[in-house]
Amino acid sequence: MAINTEKNSYTVVFAIIMVLVVGSLLAGLANGFKPLIKANERYEKQQNILYAMGVHENEGPNDVVFIPTDRVEAEFAKYIKKQYVIQGDKVIEDDQAYLIDIKKEANKAKDGNYQRRLPLFVGEKDGEEIYVMPVRGKGLWDAIWGFVAVDKTMTIKGVYFDHKGETPGLGAEIKQRYFMDDFTGEKFLDGGAFEGITVAKGNNDPKNEDKSDGEVDALAGATITGDGLTAMLKKDVKLYVDYFKKLN
Amino acid sequence: MGLLSKKDSKLILDPLADNNPITIQVLGICSALAITAQLKPSIVMAISVIFVLGVGNVIISLMRNIIPSKIRIIVQLIVVATLVIIVDQVLKAFAYELSKELSVFIGLIITNCIIMGRFEAFALGNGPWKSFLDGVGNALGYGIILIIVGFFRELLGSGTLFGFKVLGDPVEKTFLYSIGYENNGFMVLPPMALIVVGIIIWVQRSRNRALIEEN
Repeated sequence: MAINTEKNSYTVVFAIIMVLVVGSLLAGLANGFKPLIKANERYEKQQNILYAMGVHENEGPNDVVFIPTDRVEAEFAKYIKKQYVIQGDKVIEDDQAYLIDIKKEANKAKDGNYQRRLPLFVGEKDGEEIYVMPVRGKGLWDAIWGFVAVDKTMTIKGVYFDHKGETPGLGAEIKQRYFMDDFTGEKFLDGGAFEGITVAKGNNDPKNEDKSDGEVDALAGATITGDGLTAMLKKDVKLYVDYFKKLN
Repeated sequence: MGLLSKKDSKLILDPLADNNPITIQVLGICSALAITAQLKPSIVMAISVIFVLGVGNVIISLMRNIIPSKIRIIVQLIVVATLVIIVDQVLKAFAYELSKELSVFIGLIITNCIIMGRFEAFALGNGPWKSFLDGVGNALGYGIILIIVGFFRELLGSGTLFGFKVLGDPVEKTFLYSIGYENNGFMVLPPMALIVVGIIIWVQRSRNRALIEEN
């Protein structure tokens, strides 16, 4: 029996069946993979936090190698001693603090009545306390984010940056080793005041030997991404300044 | 090729050169320019398109007699979108790092005109095996151009291949850089992909004059 595929009723039935089949297929797939994907995201966060505080498996001079996913949970528990949630003047310990979605917190904080929750991770490496803060901002095309590790005087111990869709070869270079390593040693506090770190063009210091100027060398061709990164560091790290002032 | 008849192997080989989707039909230019700044994404994109176009062509071909012609474009679109979402989810679950690197590029496969073009022009009128060969052949033809463009753009633009500094270190001034060579920053920008594709078209047509259109 030949089907008349031109009939309207056939077209409608076909469309309905197709949508049902495809819809349930994709819904089933998404549900089945959800735990795996969530776990991957959690591992990634742990890897990034550890990377910022200098726990990684870099070998060559250009490597960015995280702790492998099968060991990251154990290493995270070993190096991160405490996790805090800072909300206004309150500081609460919470071992799930790293799961806080700082994008959502920043959005909630826009209405003014909400005190945003700030996660802070206190790690210990080579006998020294290291504080890791998450940061998030805007690049040229989409979100950029990262983790900044500092000691208690807010001198940078290490950073990790990532992005959603910066231009490959230009803005996407913020996650390259040579760029991230430049931040180490820079200071957020100049005297007592919060200065931030500027991604600067023409600071005549391509190897970043001057660690007191609060500037790192910019990436050529990635002006907007660099400016976004500067703004992100100024805005998000500033939220923690009061906490650090109490430490000293 | 003992496995394939002469006609079948033509389906695979033709799109590689004389009927290449990018250089002859000038389809799929958008993604060719967006993702070819480096070699690695170009290769992964090529592999993903081979999967989506090969499987998609078979699905459309199997359904060719029951698809209502009034909504066939929508049906084709749903098939591509479904396959692309599957690829994306599988990558996220089992190859998370790779999927992060490719995030937007995988989604871009949906908008690739070559895929809809092959569904419409070939799979709707031919059997599954032929459609599969046609899909793989066209995706390979697309992939080859992507890889050639990615190779030159990464080499001349960043002086690297797969991230390795093959021309020496531009900061330390070693190897080529020690005699005054500089990276061409233009190559990293999307418009240069068009110029590289243009050069490929030029070379191809000057070698095979039958390809030159008259007028």
